[in-house]
Order: sequence, then C-alpha cells, then structure tokens
Amino acid sequence: MNYEAVIGLEIHSELKTATKIFCGCATTFGAEQNTHVCPVCLGLPGVLPTINKKVVEFAIKAGLATNCKINKYSKFDRKNYYYPDLPKNWQTSQYDLPIAYAGHVEIDVDGVRKTVRLTRIHMEEDAGKLVHSGTTIKDSASSNVDYNRTGVPLIEIVSEPDMHSAAEARAYMEKIKSILEYIDVSNCRMEEGNLRADINVSLRPVGSNKLGTRTEMKNINSFKALEDAINYEIERQAEVLDDGGTIIQETRTWNPEKGITQSMRSKEDAHDYRYMPEPDLPPIVTTDEEIEAFRKSLPELPDARRARLIESFGLSEYDAGIITSSRAMAEYFDAVVAGGADAKAAANWIMGDLSKNLNADNLTIENSPVDAKRLAEMIQLIAKGTISGKIAKTVFAEMWKSPAPPTQIVKDKGLVQITDTGAIEGVIDEVIAKNPKAVEEYRGGKKKALGALVGQVMKLTKGKANPQLVNQLLAKKLEA
Amino acid sequence: MKISEQDIKTVASLSRLRIPEEEKDDVLFQLNKILTYVENLQTLDTSNIEPTTYALPMQNVFRADEVKPSLDRELALSNAPLKEDGYFKVPRVLEQA
Amino acid sequence: MALYNKTAHELHDLLQTKKISAAELTADIFSRIDEVEDKIGAYLTLTRDKATDTAKLVDEKISRGEKIAPLEGIPCAIKDNICTKGIRTTCASKILENFIPPYDATAYAKLAAQNSIIVGKLNLDEFAMGGSTENSGFHTTHNPHDLERVPGGSSGGSAAAVAGGEAVFTLGSDTGGSIRQPASFCGVVGFKPTYGRVSRYGLVAFASSLDQIGPLTRDVTDCALVLNAICGLDEMDSTSTAAPVPDFTKSLVADVKGLKIGLPKEYFVKGIDAEVETAIRNVAKKFESLGAEIIELSLPHTDYAISTYYLIAPAEAATNLERYDGVSYGARVDGADVVEMMTNTRTEKFGAEVKRRIMIGNYALSAGYYDAYYLKALKVRTLIQKDFTDAFKNVDLILTPTTPNAAFKIGEMTSDPLKMYLQDICTVPVNLAGLPGISVPCGVNKNKLPLAFQLIGKALDEETIIKAAFTYEQAL
Repeated sequence: MNYEAVIGLEIHSELKTATKIFCGCATTFGAEQNTHVCPVCLGLPGVLPTINKKVVEFAIKAGLATNCKINKYSKFDRKNYYYPDLPKNWQTSQYDLPIAYAGHVEIDVDGVRKTVRLTRIHMEEDAGKLVHSGTTIKDSASSNVDYNRTGVPLIEIVSEPDMHSAAEARAYMEKIKSILEYIDVSNCRMEEGNLRADINVSLRPVGSNKLGTRTEMKNINSFKALEDAINYEIERQAEVLDDGGTIIQETRTWNPEKGITQSMRSKEDAHDYRYMPEPDLPPIVTTDEEIEAFRKSLPELPDARRARLIESFGLSEYDAGIITSSRAMAEYFDAVVAGGADAKAAANWIMGDLSKNLNADNLTIENSPVDAKRLAEMIQLIAKGTISGKIAKTVFAEMWKSPAPPTQIVKDKGLVQITDTGAIEGVIDEVIAKNPKAVEEYRGGKKKALGALVGQVMKLTKGKANPQLVNQLLAKKLEA
Repeated sequence: MKISEQDIKTVASLSRLRIPEEEKDDVLFQLNKILTYVENLQTLDTSNIEPTTYALPMQNVFRADEVKPSLDRELALSNAPLKEDGYFKVPRVLEQA
Repeated sequence: MALYNKTAHELHDLLQTKKISAAELTADIFSRIDEVEDKIGAYLTLTRDKATDTAKLVDEKISRGEKIAPLEGIPCAIKDNICTKGIRTTCASKILENFIPPYDATAYAKLAAQNSIIVGKLNLDEFAMGGSTENSGFHTTHNPHDLERVPGGSSGGSAAAVAGGEAVFTLGSDTGGSIRQPASFCGVVGFKPTYGRVSRYGLVAFASSLDQIGPLTRDVTDCALVLNAICGLDEMDSTSTAAPVPDFTKSLVADVKGLKIGLPKEYFVKGIDAEVETAIRNVAKKFESLGAEIIELSLPHTDYAISTYYLIAPAEAATNLERYDGVSYGARVDGADVVEMMTNTRTEKFGAEVKRRIMIGNYALSAGYYDAYYLKALKVRTLIQKDFTDAFKNVDLILTPTTPNAAFKIGEMTSDPLKMYLQDICTVPVNLAGLPGISVPCGVNKNKLPLAFQLIGKALDEETIIKAAFTYEQAL
C-alpha cells in the first residue's frame, strides 16, 4: 500500500543566558562535573526557584519570531517523574498556559513552499547528565550524576504534525535553528546538545485523514540523524503494516551505528506526570505594550531577509535562501556588499570557495580567515580587471593562509593580469609558430581549435593574461 | 469504597512507595475514610469559580541574569550517600527518562 | 535570679544595663534544659558550643559599651525544618537524620545576624505533618503543663520549649495551624504572619502555598520584636512580599476603642468543647468592655476548609517530598537498581503519616482524579478566600477559638488520622486565605490546661492583630 508519513517535532533549544533558569549558577558548557551547582539547582530541602528574566524575554522573542501568540497570563507547572538526573524528581515546565502558542513558519523543499504550524513554545529546565560506568545504560552496574546542566534554560518548540517527509522535517528544523540564531537567543550548537529534537512519526494510507499510531524518537541532535531516523522509521512502519501488523505506540531510540531505531520498552506503566501549578513561582503577566516592544526589538528574520536579497540584489531564490539560512552568513554577505563588491559575485564566492574552505577546515563563518572586508576588496580587483576570475581563485587560496590585503598578495605573487596588448601579441606569435597544425585546422574552418591555442597562451603567461584580450588578439592574428 | 486496591498499587508506584501486604487493609481503610470525608466538596457548585493556586495575588517576580557563585564541590557533595570522582553515584539505571 | 522564664524584652534590658551577662543567661537556659528536657523532649539537637561562642561575642560588645539589638544575646531555638548551615536539620524524619545544610534559611540568618543565641533545633511532626509531634521520627514531645499530654504540633517542640523555659522564644512554621495550635496547647503566644511576610527560603517545604514561618513567644511584645527581626522581602523567595515592613513595636498600644471584631458563627458549632466556647465568649466580652465592637458574622464555607486543606496540602507535599530519593543527600536504603533503591529508601525512612499524605496527594493529582479532587479544592479555596474578603468589609479582626479543645492525651488520636485532621478546623481557613493570625492564651480549663483565642487579620495587617492582642494581654 502507499502510505503518507505524518511527522511532528518537539525541538528543545538551550537559551544562551549567563545563568540557569531558576538560580544564579553559570550555564557555561564543559565545566568540571558538579561545579556549577548550588542549593537551588541541587534541589536541596528548603530551596525556592527564582525566574531568570532573560529566559522569559528570549522565549517571548522566539514566540514572536515564529508568528506565535503570546499568552498574557502564563505560569510554570511541576511535571513529576522520578529520574536520578532530576534532583527534585519533577521538571519545572509549563503545562496549560505556555508562554507562546499557535504560530507557524514557512519551509521550502524542492522549490515548494509550505507552512508548518507550531502548537506552542514553553519554557522549562534541563536535567542533569548521567555518566554510565559501562558502555550502555543497561550494562552499567552504577551511574554517576553531574548536575551542572540541571536548570539550564530550555524552550520546547512543539510543531503540529504537518510534515510528511524527512526532507520536510529537516527543512523545518533548519528553519527553527536559523530563526533562533537570528534573534540571538540560542547558540544552536547541536554537537553540544543545545538543539535537539524528539520526533513523532506515524503512517496512514494516502488519501486518509485519520492519524495512525505514532512512535517517538527522543534526543536527535543532528540533521543527518533526523533524516536517517525518520526514513528508517517510515520504512519500518510500512513493513509492519504491509505484513498486517499494528504499530505499537512507544518510544524508540535511534542507533546511529546500526542505522536503525530500536524499541526502548513497552510503556507498561505509562508516565502519569501529575502536572500541578508551581506555587513557588508567581505567574508571568505580559501586556500588549510589552509584546509590541518585543516585536519591534526583533531583527530582520530569515524570510524577510531572503526577500530583500532577491528584491534588492536580484539574487536567485535558491542563492538567497542559502545565504540567509544562517544569520552569520547573511551578515557576512551584507558586509561584503557594503565593502563595495557586486552582490551576485559576493554570493557566488560565499557559497563557493569560502564555504568549501570553511567546511574543509571545520570553521564557522564568524571565524573565517578571510573576513568580509578582504573578500570585498578581492571581488573589486576582479571587477576592475586587475586579476582574472581564474587568478582570483589563487589569490583567495593565498588570502586563506595570509592576513595580507589582496592587493598586496597580487603584487607580491606577481598575479596582476596582463592587459598590455604588445606583451600578449608577443606570446601569441610564439604560440602560432609552435603550433602550425592547430593553426592550419583553425584556418581550415575548425573554429574549435582556437580553444587549444588560447590555452597555450594562458599557460605561457601563467594564467595572467586577460582571457578576453587573448581571444580577441588571437582571432585577429589567425584571420589576418 | 472510593479507592480500590489497584488504585493503591498505582499510587504507591507513582509515589515510589511499597505498601507491605500486612498494611494494605489499614491503608485502604484510612484513605477511604479521608477520601469519603472530602466528598463534601462535591456538593458545592464551582462551575463558575476560578481555581486559586497562590495564597495571595502576585505576578512578575524576576531575577536579573547575573552569575552568582556556585557551591564549592566538596560542600555540594557533602551530604551524598555515595560519591565518586566528584559525581553523585547511583545504582544501576534500567530505563532512560 | 532565675532567668529562663523571662521575656526577651525584659532580658534585653538586663543585658544592656549589664545586670546580667549573655554567658550567664545562656548558662541558665542550658541548666534549665538539663533539668527538664528529659521529661519534655522539645529538642532534636542542642548547639551548646555555638551558643556559648555567640554569648561571648555579645558580652564583649556590651562591655565595650555598644548598644545591642533587641534580640541580641537572647537564647532562642529553631524548628528543625528550618535550614541552619552546618547544623543538622532533620525535619524530624529518618530520611534526613544526618542532613547538614550547606546554607541558611533567610529567617534564621536574620536572627543569627542579630547575634540571637541559637540554643538548638526543635522537635516537630515529621515534615510538619501532624498536630501533636507524635509523628516525629525520633520522639514525642510532652506538654510542659501536663506531661501526659501532647504539646500540639507540628511546632510542638517550639511551643514546649518556650512554655518549659528551654528557650526565650522560638521559630515555628505554620501550614494549617502548626504555630497557633501548639501555642494554644502550651499557653504561649504564636503568630502566623501573612503569607509572604517572612521568607520561606530555607524552610523545608510541606505545602508551598500555605507554609509560613512565625514566632512563638512568652508575650505579645516579644512577638512584635521577633516579627521585626524576621519579616521582609527576600530575593530568594519569589512569593515574599515587597510590602514595606512596619515597626511592629509601634502597635504595642493598649487601645481597641472602636475596633470592629467579628465572631463567626461557624466556629462555635459541632465539636467545640464547652469550656473553650465559654472562654472565647469571655474574651469577646473583655474586648467589648475595652471599647471594641463585637459583630456576629458568617464565614459560610468554613465546613469545607478541612477537605480543601487536606487535598491541597497533600498534593503540594507529594511533589515537594519527591526529592527525598536517596540520590544526592539524605538516607539511602540500597536496592538492585535505582528505582528499587528509591522505593526502599522512601518506604523505610518516611513515617506512616508522611506516606499517607503522599498517597492522598498523588491520588488527588493523578490522571482521572485531578479535576474531581485537586482542581475542585483549588476552586473551593477561592470561595473560602472570598468569605474572608467579604467579612473584612465589615470588621477589622475576626475572633475565634484557636482549637476546638485543650491539649489531648498522648496516644488519644493516633489511631484515627481523620479525627486528628478535624482538630485543625479553626486554623486551616487562615492558611488557605493567606491571612495573618495569632493565638493568645486566655486562661486554663478545669484540668489547668491552657486555653487560647485566635485573632485573624486582613492580609498584611499584622499591626491591628498585635494591637488587639497587646490590649487584651495588658488588661489581664
């Protein structure tokens, strides 16, 4: 049978605050175990939480940036379950009155734009970390607990089940990541676990409106794992259904080594979280004026920025989409253009050599050895004809290794384009003399032979001759 | 009977408590007595009444995002039943959260 | 000169005028403790060395001619559910038998900052759940007025210590009457301030929306002095109030002329002891003779207060007590895996009443029962609050008994938890409404057991309560 996959995501994003959500401990990643803890985040008897104002501001901004409505009366609740990484054995979260709800974002997959609706965004605290003595949780005789991460602020962004393929889920998560980076509320470093997703997948016969039984996969923290896990799960469920079986509602783990999802347990006693309002934290009341002020404080968001690049610079939808997918790249692009470079050339260089080199050296664009100013200078050298586009690649490679201005590099390495007709003609004469056969062919009507001769000229000038000029002069000589 | 033996089992499990066989009858009896007493609330019509979570009205109490000193690790671990290398140590964990 | 039974304000004058030294006073209190503690059992921990050190410090200050704070050098004791850095804090529970907090509760820190002399930590019903201290995981405290009887609870140790001369004043905590009821049973003054007046930071939570720290003292003047010391906004407690704290000693004025005092009829019906009723009627007459106006009124939802309280408090307690799991502090009873370890620890280390309330609380919160129990109780809480709001449109204070009867015998109610719960009828509505309330002694019954009345005030109006209580006390 043909099935349609129905996919929903719960994305957890760590907020980039200096302190935890309910106490003054630092949130710095990678500290020695149990050094960023205090009576409050250790859940000692008698302690009380206090709300970090910045967490609320960040959550409201995230809500507004994803077109959510803001709950003017919002509160925290206790979500009760026992686990050793949770000192109080409840997670302070939000239940029926989350800070934001009913939003949507646009995604583009294969040139088709579609809307993914957001159910809600709520604030909550992260749990601690268990370090197992064995290789897996189950074969460990004991575990060690580090509470540094306990109380690090999170927002959970819950989508409606509006996605139907791994590619759509990926595009959605990329869009969320991009928005959170734009509004500067999260570092979104997936490798540090500060952006991770729980995925719900179910299948239904194509054409049906009824939702099938779903399975959940927790803590997916890379785009590749997200796509792989969804694709595997779609295939697995389809096989079960085709064999006349039924899907069990359960939590499964994604095993990246084996490339499969595995059942964690059948939920014998399903969690009863016994949510109750947190009496220790007063409610959060936000006025229309405050909401409007937050809305005004938001920077240009990815979709608006993309539209602007298309509109103002004539970039293609595709190029503009890539450039604006990360705020850092979009800002880099704007800086290159502001530095005097042609926009299309800037886009091509950023998406081409720059991205290739960044990937190869595992660098982010913020740490690029070639900053926007130097790239702008180099692109201007091409525009002025000082260097050819081809030579520019050599110049760029030099710039990657050396902090010198591109003009300096061009000068030092003697890469200035030869535009002196006399000099070029000299080389042309030499080439004509050495390649009688090709000359013969050209003159016999085989115009393609010109290419080989141009190549010879470029070779002898070490690529520095202006290619247009070489073409012109050579043709003229041969036809003379 | 308000509360069944099965309810007691479920609630005990939610509470991480074990009710020994010999105490079951008494626990059931006492809880039923209390839950029967609190039934008097059901005679009140509260359909248009908002719930009260807080003793007194209050709202928007926030803290600035400023780092305060954490506990010295030795002190943080000083009440630990079992510790190892700066960690709190617990027995085998069978399930993921 | 016997010092142990004097008030703080008397002792302050004696200290400041160098008639006695803090060392002498401290020694006197400890010799009294050595004499009677075997019989009363108010304490769980004594801090002799610390007390002696503080006394020395205060004496040096006085000898330098410095002025001392009102409670400086005064021996006091703290209920053992209030965290004291470096001093064992057990909540009278086996699960915290060896717990030493790495931090101070704000209320305690304020007393310590004033150089009040901390004598020790006081017994209570385990996690403040109970009305007799019989639920202590360690021992039962005896009523100094009759050792066969309970001192009340849960702050039974706090009340017995003041009544027995084992501390000049004490701190207790009150979730449903836990300061006022033992104060009543032991013949001392007990005050539960408005919710939010005193920081709860460091008070081990029982029911967060109801808990409040307050003083137990020998008279109303001392009560005002302790309130002055412990009240105030605390950035560590988001529910503490930003309302300015008045100087409560300014309300120590004997004048109730024109004051309107309400007498709610619902507090004088079934179950109330005849001697108690007579005593309260006499108090009302006394206030009338002093110039106050007594107005009969109704608090129509009083009958639902016990049910409301015994759903909300256990629900909050069930989650508040989840943290005692043997993982990072407190007792641990081993198990094959972490779930078994947690279950063993909680099953063996919690007492019967604590487990009962956890069970009720989790039942009321669990799927399928939340609306019928917990949510229903939250709605009735609204109605109970409204009763008071309406009543306070017409009166300044409400006068009731603190308890339906005088101190009962040890063992008399232990087999019937519900009967014990019904004892709280006069006090729980005050916590549900977040209001301030005082218990003031008003004579004894035929068995020479103390009786007491309760005055309930408007939110944040502790001053009127103090004024009326002081007026009554002065008129005796």
